[in-house]
Amino acid sequence: MSQKILTLAGIIITASILPVTSAQAAGECATGKTLEEGVLTIATGNPAYFPWVIDNEPAGGKGFEAAVAYAVAAQMGFEAEKVEWTSSSFDQAIQPGQKNFDFNLQQFSITEDREKIVDFSIPYYTSALAVIVRQPTIDAGVQPTLESLKSLTWGADANTTATPVIQELIAPESDPLLYDDTINVIEAMNANQIDATLLDLPVALYQAGAVMNDGVVLGQFAADESTSPDHFGLLMEEGNPIKACVDAALTALIDSGELAQIEAQWLQQATDVPMIR
Amino acid sequence: MSRNTTDKTGIVAAQAALPAKISRTAYNAQKKRRSLMIASASTLTVVALIYVLVPLAPGWERVKNSFFNWEVLVRTFPKLLDAFLIDVMIFAWCAPAIAIWGLVIALCRDARSPALFPLRVFATVYNDVFRGVPVILVIYLIGFGIPGLGLSRTWSNPYIWGSLALILSYSAYVAEVYRAGIESIHESQRSAAKSLGLSHWHTMRHVILPQAIRRVVPANMNNFISLQKDVALVSFIGPVELLRQAGVEKSLLANFTPYVGAAIIFLSVTIPATRFADHLIARQNRERG
Amino acid sequence: MRPQPKIELNDVRKSFGDLEVIKGVNLSVHRGELVCLIGSSGSGKSTLLRCLNLLEPIDEGEILLDGYDISHPMLDPQPIRQRIGLVFQSFNLFPHMNAFENVMLAPRLNKKISRAVLTPKIEALFERFELKDRMTHYPDQLSGGQQQRVAIVRAMAMEPEIMLFDEITSALDPELVSEVLDVVRQLKSEGMTLVLATHEMNFARDAADKVCFLDKGVIVEEGTPDQIFQNPSEPRTRAFLRSVL
Repeated sequence: MSQKILTLAGIIITASILPVTSAQAAGECATGKTLEEGVLTIATGNPAYFPWVIDNEPAGGKGFEAAVAYAVAAQMGFEAEKVEWTSSSFDQAIQPGQKNFDFNLQQFSITEDREKIVDFSIPYYTSALAVIVRQPTIDAGVQPTLESLKSLTWGADANTTATPVIQELIAPESDPLLYDDTINVIEAMNANQIDATLLDLPVALYQAGAVMNDGVVLGQFAADESTSPDHFGLLMEEGNPIKACVDAALTALIDSGELAQIEAQWLQQATDVPMIR
Repeated sequence: MSRNTTDKTGIVAAQAALPAKISRTAYNAQKKRRSLMIASASTLTVVALIYVLVPLAPGWERVKNSFFNWEVLVRTFPKLLDAFLIDVMIFAWCAPAIAIWGLVIALCRDARSPALFPLRVFATVYNDVFRGVPVILVIYLIGFGIPGLGLSRTWSNPYIWGSLALILSYSAYVAEVYRAGIESIHESQRSAAKSLGLSHWHTMRHVILPQAIRRVVPANMNNFISLQKDVALVSFIGPVELLRQAGVEKSLLANFTPYVGAAIIFLSVTIPATRFADHLIARQNRERG
Repeated sequence: MRPQPKIELNDVRKSFGDLEVIKGVNLSVHRGELVCLIGSSGSGKSTLLRCLNLLEPIDEGEILLDGYDISHPMLDPQPIRQRIGLVFQSFNLFPHMNAFENVMLAPRLNKKISRAVLTPKIEALFERFELKDRMTHYPDQLSGGQQQRVAIVRAMAMEPEIMLFDEITSALDPELVSEVLDVVRQLKSEGMTLVLATHEMNFARDAADKVCFLDKGVIVEEGTPDQIFQNPSEPRTRAFLRSVL
């Protein structure tokens, strides 16, 4: 009984914030489509990094992706207590067979090739890609121009779509070096093995500002200017019927402006990062 | 004769049931043919069962699509082959360095003169440390650590430090194999050399080592076969070799088939090498037996 | 007065751990003499030979070569060993080298003589011991008798002043024993000083200048073959000879 009242209260509150959509309808949408009835199981990486998840605790709801996950869940009619978190690596996310999550978010870029194996929601974030270098490289006279970037030695996280962007958009003179994760990329930069890397802008701002001693965000490629814009999607098992509900929820969040609010709250806005020409 | 009449073991009765006389060679040949046929038939049955049953599994289509995707394989294989050249290159300069440095360590461990005691301690500690620490940790430590001290770009090259890490790690294993070889040479060989007035070093160089090294070639082949695979670990600090290239393709295509492609390439080298090592071991056993 | 012995042992003692193997041996061998050491296994014959070659350092006593103490612990044994050849029961040829290389190794390394200068000398040595046709054979291609003869040639190549033989026929098939003993006779006829530890009593009786009977690390009795084999004075010698003859 009390549960129902709570749900009703939730709906009223949500409805009062977002008068456009009906959360009630979305809740019905997911019925019978989740792993566990009445519970939405969401996966993210372990560890999950700032600013996507704060303190590696997605259940805290802090950090951009954690907040998006709870907003989507609420939109679909799941209260915060009805959200179960699980962790998954990239490889676990794409392996064939039963998934242990309803959807998975850890900055998965939507690509045509990946769509053949798994399903993606509509994008919940479109990231600009930013170039990080160290102060000595700036002192050596590098400019935020494609021409200037070509002569640098590049490194990137091998599991990201940064690799093809570096190769196709920048086409550096020497082959890029690739690493297992962003931490190793930054380490290689500190070890003077690479000059520059390409990261999602929010990550770049964080790394340059809080992690590296002498990191500088040299410039950014505008999200929609890049040849392969980095659209993040929620990843689901191929053919998962819940996709329609997730997409509907995201559409509602976009239309209501809530998604933009979440973005403004958790992702640092880079006002002074120059565009790369 | 009378004792046999009881026929406790039933051998008389069994013999009575045998055909009178057959050619032993013909019988043995027939037996050999039969074993060959049984072996072939059972192998074929197992392969056929796998071929028929596995695709019946409900998830087979998905597994096939993710791991054995012909289209993906064709698309990525040339890039994988290209990347494999990096592995070949790293192997090509690491292997001889390991063979030499491993020998130096083995000789240090064998140093008998008291003045060389520090060398012995060094070699012992060296072997304990590098055999006890995972190769990947050594690669990280040396690959990021040493250049991090502030070397120039040329000298912070990950190929140099990654290779050095492999050389340091693998030399410890190879040194142990050499040492086993040196110890396997009978003391009488040392006595003979000594009695001829050869110095310790001459005895080692001309009498012990040539025999010891030859004796451990198969064991060392196995070390180098596993080195061939571990070269891929250098990719952790940047170089885009076969395994890394496969990882990139996997990530971009969300498909594991590139890893299967990488496995095919590795196997095409390791299987012949392993067979060759087995052949060497078998030959050595024949010679000693 | 007799000339100075080629080699002389004075109260030599040797222990392995708590086990005393040589318990005060006195022995002199003169230039050109053939001395046979007889005695049961474990009597200390082999150890004595290894001590003579300085393969084993002695604990007490002294070993004089031409009157000089070669057993002094501060001496480098390596050059002294080059003057004393030792041949082993199990041949101990180097299996990875052919007969010629086995023989050439020590003179080439120790005397630093070039291959070109050494080759004719070593060929002559093979000729002298009738092994010329076996020079390029590897040890495993040779019979036991041939291997042992090559081992003798190898020791001879260092041009030693004394040759020690440690039961050199014990590992051989009976029909191969005589070819090896013939080589020993040949060496004696050429004037080499020889010490043999042996079980070949007939050979000792026929060829030796002096026979020493060892038991439990001491020389119980020594004398000419006639004395030892015909009129042994010690009961232990008599018991040993009864058991082997």
